[in-house]
Amino acid sequence: MKILVGVKRVVDYNVRIQVNPDGSGVATNGVKMSMNPFDEIAVEEALRLKEAGKAEEVIAVTIGPKASQEQLRTALAMGADRAIHVETDEEIQPLTGARILKALTDKESPKIVMLGKQAIDDDNNQTAQMLAALSNWPQATFASKVEVEGDVANVTREVDAGLETLAVDLPAVISADLRLNEPRYVKLPDIMKAKRKPIETVTLADLAVEQAAAVKVLKTSAPAQREAGIKVESVDELVAALKEKGLI
Amino acid sequence: MERESMEFDVVIVGAGPAGLSAAIRIMQLAKEKEQELMVCVIEKGSEVGAHILSGAVLEPTALNELFPDWKEKGAPLNTPVTGDDVYYLTGEDKGIKTPNFLVPKPMHNEGNYIVSMANVSRWLAEQAEGMGVEIFPGFAAAEVLYNEEGGVKGVLTGDMGVGEDGSEKDGYMPGMELLAKQTIFAEGCRGHLGKQLMEKFDLRDGVDPQHYGIGIKEIWTIEPEKHQEGLVVHTAGWPLDNHTEGGGFLYHMENNQVALGFIIALNYSNPHLSPFDEMQRWKLNPKISQFLEGGKRVAYGARAVNKGGMQSVPKLSFPGGLLAGCDAGFLNGAKIKGNHTAMKTGMLAAETIFEALQASDVAGKELTAMDDNYRNSWVYEELHTTRNFGPALHKFGTILGGSFAWLDQNIFGGKLPFTWHNTMPDHATLKPASESSKPDYPKPDNVLTFDKLSSVFLSSTNHAEDQPCHLKLADASIPLSQNLPLYDEPAQRYCPAGVYEVVKDENGEDRFQINGQNCVHCKTCDIKDPAQNINWVTPEGGGGPNYGNM
Repeated sequence: MKILVGVKRVVDYNVRIQVNPDGSGVATNGVKMSMNPFDEIAVEEALRLKEAGKAEEVIAVTIGPKASQEQLRTALAMGADRAIHVETDEEIQPLTGARILKALTDKESPKIVMLGKQAIDDDNNQTAQMLAALSNWPQATFASKVEVEGDVANVTREVDAGLETLAVDLPAVISADLRLNEPRYVKLPDIMKAKRKPIETVTLADLAVEQAAAVKVLKTSAPAQREAGIKVESVDELVAALKEKGLI
Repeated sequence: MERESMEFDVVIVGAGPAGLSAAIRIMQLAKEKEQELMVCVIEKGSEVGAHILSGAVLEPTALNELFPDWKEKGAPLNTPVTGDDVYYLTGEDKGIKTPNFLVPKPMHNEGNYIVSMANVSRWLAEQAEGMGVEIFPGFAAAEVLYNEEGGVKGVLTGDMGVGEDGSEKDGYMPGMELLAKQTIFAEGCRGHLGKQLMEKFDLRDGVDPQHYGIGIKEIWTIEPEKHQEGLVVHTAGWPLDNHTEGGGFLYHMENNQVALGFIIALNYSNPHLSPFDEMQRWKLNPKISQFLEGGKRVAYGARAVNKGGMQSVPKLSFPGGLLAGCDAGFLNGAKIKGNHTAMKTGMLAAETIFEALQASDVAGKELTAMDDNYRNSWVYEELHTTRNFGPALHKFGTILGGSFAWLDQNIFGGKLPFTWHNTMPDHATLKPASESSKPDYPKPDNVLTFDKLSSVFLSSTNHAEDQPCHLKLADASIPLSQNLPLYDEPAQRYCPAGVYEVVKDENGEDRFQINGQNCVHCKTCDIKDPAQNINWVTPEGGGGPNYGNM
């Protein structure tokens, strides 16, 4: 059984996001980039399934510019067997991403496509669902636990009311939530080994995928600055202040 | 405990200008002689450049030697210096421009470039990797490893996944031994392993104590009409008094950005002084604020620099390893530059080791040729010429000392036949709080000036939660029993990241709190604590600031 895992290059979660002064998007020049944290969890889960003898091969996939190979190297250093880089300098919307992954699943025939539930840059949370729809596969999103028995995956999901466990027939799309696992630390010798693992590069044209221009970004702006608060001495003063503002 | 190990010919600690130049130079020499060498660089920052903070005006001397074709190779030196203004600030609202002929020669910047040293380091790392160097960011060199004869045999990377109480968490990964015939320590100013090595091998015998400054830096995106790409501005004087050394800089970089900052010598005597607040109020002077008004601050950081110069350079060689760059301390205080000397001494370390590798088995050997190579290099010549610059400012204050520096550099070319020394270490210079006046720092206006916490936020600093505190107190009682009554615990003020606080507990008693998560790895506490009670050690690899183009 093969597992295909999607990884996305995003602005590192520690970085203080700056919006370009002209509103054209988020500044990425000279900013630390790393693997989307939810994708890291997806890679970890795929590796654990492999280590538990449930899968034979873990293939990491990324879609993005040449520099995205850094994130593939991270996935390979964690333990993925090989990687596919779909190279493009264009902005990829979720539907295009799903189409690309569909083309790759047709080619690779994995039993599980494991994705992060969303990328922390655009927070769309759509690609896994769209891929399941395009492939006509079952989907189990927001996974906090994954168990594979034969051709069935039992997936526990975090839903508003608590935990829900689904049994999905494989092949299926699974998206990882935060509490699914804690990704491993990468070992130095594995980083060196990862440099020798193969990365195959393909283009959108090779996969016969067309860009979907479903969404147009009009403007990016920083959140409004919060105004300074005031300190009150007593409850009465607080009530009076709230009344004055017409809040109660 | 049995640990995994890996063997290299050379291990280099620190992927900054010195470490990377050393790695590149070794590979160049190996290629010339058609030899294969295994060279590895480890770096505690989460990526190369994440912990690099420098002005920076780069003098390209060392880079020209390392890569004569750096332009074709795309080195990010995009902004030649086009103007060079020096102001003497006489108060909050005034300053006078110093005529060019009165500026000491080493401060002239023709032929230099305004750069982001973090980006230069990233570029150097790309070159090094292309030549086969293994670079491992996110791994801290936690300990020096010694062989049976007591020589250095490599370093141990820090354990990952250790809880605050020292327990092994899920995913715990023990550190790994990186063994090498020779190890180059290029950790930067006040490296925590360099400090141990100097002690163990008596490397500082017969030299002056190292002297330091703290540099606090911001990057602003400013209005295009105020931006003059290539303009370099330096200030002396206000807000510091005549007996506190330091000064400001403001460099117009690419993309409508300016890098600005303030350096204060850590031999200041008033324990109430706050370098952070001095830097903030310095921005209010119209010579600086004229550029910033209408702009937006986008980054913040801080780092100690060494400024002891020639008199403070330790012995560079010891069994099994060498010191390079600011770990030893080659900053030229008169030029306010240390990147070119860091790079060059990295290259000298590489050449020393490569030559020794040709002759014999060098594992664990002491390569004293390094000290000779330094003394025969232009780095030594430069530091020798400017050796009295720092001590003059220290002895006579900014005005008289500055006048001497001008005579010494512009008339005598640094050839006066004497050498001044400054033998008082920076941690011993504080006067009691009771005898010192409290500066009246203005409250942040959140336009030009800000508080510490919103500043640290812009350094993108992060440390994995639940790990042992990396700021170790030799005696946990000293902050409250000695430092507080004597000096009003100066750590609260000299730390530019708000790591140290004296807070009241629920019983109204004082408590010394260390917010290690905020630490930007500047090392000032390790240097300035009057009791020398704070020991900075490496946190889990990858922790610390995540500087972009600092």
